[in-house]
Amino acid sequence: MSTEGADAGDAGDAEDGFIELDGVEKVFDVRRRARGGAGAGAGGEARGGARRGIGRLRREKHQVRAVDGISFRVPRGEMVGYIGPNGAGKSTTIKMLTGILTPSGGRLSVAGIDPSRERTRLARHIGVVFGQRTTLWWDLPLIDSYRLMHRMYRIPDARFRANLERCVELLDLAELLDVPVRQLSLGQRMRGDIAAALLHDPAILYLDEPTIGLDVISKAKVRDFLRNLNAERGTTVLLTTHDLTDIEQLCKRVMVIDHGRLLYDGGLAGLHEIGRSERTLVVDLEQELPPIELPGARPVRTEGPRQWLAFPATESAAPLVARIAADYPLVDLSVREPDIETVIAKMYVDRSAV
Amino acid sequence: MRLYIAVAAGGFRRYATYRVATFAGVFTNTVFGYIMAYTYMALWDQRPRLGGYDLPEALTYVWLGQALLATCAMMGGGFESELIERIRTGDVAVDLYRPADLQLWWLAVDLGRAAFHLLGRGIVPMVLGSFVFELALPADPLTWLAFLVAVTLGVVVSFAIRFLVALSAFWLMDGAGAAQMALLAGLFFSGMLLPLPVFPGALGEVAAVLPWSSLLQIPADVLLGKHTGWDLAAAYAFQAGWAVALLAAGRVLQSVATRRVVVQGG
Repeated sequence: MSTEGADAGDAGDAEDGFIELDGVEKVFDVRRRARGGAGAGAGGEARGGARRGIGRLRREKHQVRAVDGISFRVPRGEMVGYIGPNGAGKSTTIKMLTGILTPSGGRLSVAGIDPSRERTRLARHIGVVFGQRTTLWWDLPLIDSYRLMHRMYRIPDARFRANLERCVELLDLAELLDVPVRQLSLGQRMRGDIAAALLHDPAILYLDEPTIGLDVISKAKVRDFLRNLNAERGTTVLLTTHDLTDIEQLCKRVMVIDHGRLLYDGGLAGLHEIGRSERTLVVDLEQELPPIELPGARPVRTEGPRQWLAFPATESAAPLVARIAADYPLVDLSVREPDIETVIAKMYVDRSAV
Repeated sequence: MRLYIAVAAGGFRRYATYRVATFAGVFTNTVFGYIMAYTYMALWDQRPRLGGYDLPEALTYVWLGQALLATCAMMGGGFESELIERIRTGDVAVDLYRPADLQLWWLAVDLGRAAFHLLGRGIVPMVLGSFVFELALPADPLTWLAFLVAVTLGVVVSFAIRFLVALSAFWLMDGAGAAQMALLAGLFFSGMLLPLPVFPGALGEVAAVLPWSSLLQIPADVLLGKHTGWDLAAAYAFQAGWAVALLAAGRVLQSVATRRVVVQGG
């Protein structure tokens, strides 16, 4: 163990950082066949690679810096969003936080434990839900997977029963316990997976895209449950997502990562400000009209009686909606949140402008 | 330990849920049993006592091969295709963050599967075969018990080989080629086609000391009463030796794989 001082200060650690990353890096060696002199055209992620031509095979060895010096602290009981486009390094970070991957550099500690050194001990303190993977036993009824968790985490019988009962009630699983997992819908399976991750009362929950592919009702159920879990049990939650609505409804704090670096760490409102992100108001009118011109809104698109208006995400939609409802023959309307890719793209534009 | 018993029970039950697959397997084993039994009868008619077996012993060997084909996974078909797939897609990440050992976990799954296959796919073909052919089945229950021990050891050796094959997917990214090679080696060197003593000269001698002989040749010889006393202990020691060596190799490969190799996918 190389955690100087961390052992001595377990209680102190919990105060300032339950999850702590200090200059964490993860570098992967990727070999690929050399294409004549195209060293620089190796794609956006490969930077600073060492090249090595081995005889006739001429394979190049590139280094991909999936996580490139990330530092942050998450105090106990916080619920933090961890967002970024595909390939940004989110999942790599989560894998290092579970101990599956060993960091190439930097220091990392979760609940006072070095994850990759003491993976098994850490496993009893954390719950993990990978949205696109399942921990449940595919061919067997849901309840069988839970009984396995009971044994695997050596959960005392009474606690297991109480936790199971609670999850079954809040996640609406009563009807599903005897159904083989392969017959569950995606939303049902996701709720089943979340329950499986919580039966051993983990202090920390990592959620990797927990709402991906879910319909609106399932998303709402999952979010309600997570909000409740964080509020009542004080579970620390680290949530990666593509859906900014998840963040908006659950997290006060959001971290943005891209190309393995932390671009932003703060409130969601601040992110919208920096990214100058815009929400979109989709307006259905009774008939085709020229584009609506209102202060604080920008017409984006018109298609027959339907119009798209962009307005700053930091502003409330209410005054705008009131004006439109008063001045135009309004049939229906909806608000669309900005997507993460657009917000981040704008952050880049701003940076290069500076 | 209770965890791995629960895992093995799960392994048993998940195969038990697929009744049609079990029925189809029994049917296939029985049909192949008849085909091979008549082939052996023709062969033994020309060369009586081939490899030291008389005809009833040879026919017993045929039906044992069918009964143990699924149990000892001589042509694959156990956990390994699933583990290869999990490595390929990156789902193995889920297995790795759990507070459980990867090798013991899959060993428990595979022992559960083997127990089901012995009951579900072993007994019926054997009984159907014994209706039509004169078999050399022992009357002594102790011989049957000795046979069960040899089968259990055979399953563990078979698991250890397939675990190595599956882990190769960490490097090869696609384990299909390795699995194909393991299937051919298993089919031939387990004695599934012909008993190993039938092979002439060096080929037979080499085949007898390779780990695959633990899968069918040794259990069959134990049931036929060819190994008794110290000879039986030596046969067990041979199987156990291979089991330990191959499981240890699997452990080494596992720790290298999980430490150095990228877990696929986001």
